[in-house]
Amino acid sequence: MTDRMSDLAATDESRELAHRTDGETLFEIRDLVKHFPLTSGMLIRKQVGAVRAVDGVSFDVKRGETLGLVGESGCGKSTTGRLMLRLLDPTSGSIKFEGEEIASIKPKELVAFRRDAQMIFQDPYSSLNPRKTVGSIIGEPFAIHNLKTGEGERRKAVQDLMDTVGLNPEHFNRYPHEFSGGQRQRIGVARAIALRPKLIVADEPVSALDVSIQAQVLNLLRDLQRDLGLTLIFIAHDLSVVRHMCDRVAVMYLGRIVELASSDQLYGHPRMPYTGALMSAVPIADPRLAATKKRQILGGDVPSPTNPPPACRFHTRCWKAQDVCRQDDPPLEAKDGGNFAACHFPLTDAEVAERVPTARRI
Amino acid sequence: MSEPILSVRDLKVHFNTDDGRVKAVDGVSYDIGPGRTLGIVGESGSGKSVSSLTVMGLTRSKISDISGEIHFGGRDLLTLSESEMRSLRGEEIAMIFQDPLSSLHPFYRIGDQLVEAVQAHHKVSKAAALDKAIELLRLVGIPEPKDRVGGYPHEFSGGMRQRVMIAMALINEPKLLIADEPTTALDVTVQAQILELMIRLKAELHTSIVFITHDLGVVAEMADDIAVMYAGRIVEFGPTETIFDSPQHPYTWGLLGSIPKLDASRDEPLVPVTGRPPSLINLPSGCSFHPRCPYVRDAHKRVEPTLEPVKGDPGHRSACLLDSDVRDRIWEDLREGKLPAEARADVMAGDGAP
Repeated sequence: MTDRMSDLAATDESRELAHRTDGETLFEIRDLVKHFPLTSGMLIRKQVGAVRAVDGVSFDVKRGETLGLVGESGCGKSTTGRLMLRLLDPTSGSIKFEGEEIASIKPKELVAFRRDAQMIFQDPYSSLNPRKTVGSIIGEPFAIHNLKTGEGERRKAVQDLMDTVGLNPEHFNRYPHEFSGGQRQRIGVARAIALRPKLIVADEPVSALDVSIQAQVLNLLRDLQRDLGLTLIFIAHDLSVVRHMCDRVAVMYLGRIVELASSDQLYGHPRMPYTGALMSAVPIADPRLAATKKRQILGGDVPSPTNPPPACRFHTRCWKAQDVCRQDDPPLEAKDGGNFAACHFPLTDAEVAERVPTARRI
Repeated sequence: MSEPILSVRDLKVHFNTDDGRVKAVDGVSYDIGPGRTLGIVGESGSGKSVSSLTVMGLTRSKISDISGEIHFGGRDLLTLSESEMRSLRGEEIAMIFQDPLSSLHPFYRIGDQLVEAVQAHHKVSKAAALDKAIELLRLVGIPEPKDRVGGYPHEFSGGMRQRVMIAMALINEPKLLIADEPTTALDVTVQAQILELMIRLKAELHTSIVFITHDLGVVAEMADDIAVMYAGRIVEFGPTETIFDSPQHPYTWGLLGSIPKLDASRDEPLVPVTGRPPSLINLPSGCSFHPRCPYVRDAHKRVEPTLEPVKGDPGHRSACLLDSDVRDRIWEDLREGKLPAEARADVMAGDGAP
């Protein structure tokens, strides 16, 4: 595997491969861009710039896989997730779902797509309407799509869903405030799987929860994915949670994907220095291991996405940066070990072993 | 251990609310030595923040009942008047909060807020206080502190604001610093910067730190000792290595089983604590962890455990009613990757069905 990949390195073919996956493709995203305009002026508003939240992102999502999107706040991971569901309209680029373009179709034509693609939100408090009973919240997707119209039929469907996600079906008539944070997140999960979607985008689904509850919800998501054959886009900043959940991971920085690899590749041997720094920064719940590793602390803050640095966007914080990084934008291409990374000077195995606590003793 | 800086004895903080009496903290005792860091971990509602806010005297109100003793600098803080507490706060004990944006006043320059912190406790000129402020900003790693001291909070990023908060907390060289989830709102890269800063400052200034967090990874890197809190009580206390190597309380096992490990196989399911934390108004009888404990026996629902030294290790204490060799064997099983039910069947077969 490794040999074949490194042979391909730096060829056009390999660049194309960065986006492609082996299995059946569910989503195909090419050159996706989302700029939020910045305006000034009171009466006559002029555009003075743009927040380049997502700035040219391409990847495929395989049916049945879990793809993780990670990065610091402001890297564009949530915007990407929302664009994939057309909750935001892209500035340019193409989003194909099962071969059909959804980036530019009219909202009315999106109805069928919305049945297939659902979202789980971060905050289980603000994402549930406090005035509706849990039964009507979970039944809302049926109402919107005019399904299960019989009173008893819908109730039965909702109670089955509640049972599936581990809620007591008798609590059908309760209101969200009567549930704890973890249970509310289960309500959000039940609502998302109500229509048997093909894809779920989960945006930080557990970061508002306590650790023991977080583990319960993660186990639930994994079970559901296996049982329902779901494709999951898992957006999170917690790298150990992402490793646990995801088959493949895309690391984002300032609106771009800077590394894309299988979980084992990414955590075993990250190639982009940014990925290495992220992993090095994760606090490890093991005092002995923590004492032995050399921590790579990333200086400074993420530059402003209104005016990202030229060429490689990470060069202002990168310890390996050289002149070429300030002049040439590195493409996302295959590196040693099979990772796809956008980097002129990818990390070597020795550098990985020294800095990255997750480095597999290969 | 030398004379502790802070010594808390049987602290109870109860709130009388319309719904009933909330036993937020229900009998907590601990010591912190000079220059040591105590990590307090637990889930929301375990009482970790309330116990520390009480040390600062910030939970006094009409509805709260506070009892016990908090010894600091030869005095019992619970007996001090509000004005005596005010002169202590920010001078001898300082606190850093989770959200640096809401802890800084948005209308005042950073420098003015730091100067106020100095002048509240010391009769010095504004110029001298400002010099001190600049010195502290440099110490916490803010670039060009002379220029930045005139900036407003919104001009700083989240990590920089937290550095300003740390500067403000340390400006009067307190003996004790209470950090309540100081990095929870920050990105992992910025968190690493702030943790490194705190480790460096601790070494330079010999401040004792109470570090409150729910993140076991953070506490593993920061703390010398760890107190695990559950439902208003400390259920396990010991040196950091011991807590991670040979924990002696089923709740601690559950916490450790809940976090995905970066070096474990990805196929291993997480083994979380089942159920959810109890209501603090209506605590379960006996051991308050018993409804969630996989190893519960009938007697545990009646008898309240006390925090007692673990056999063979006086520095390590645990509040569990199981025999210590039973606990040792269960932990060994869990460590090998067995599930709690299997460990229970293995170790506790035939005795005391629940």
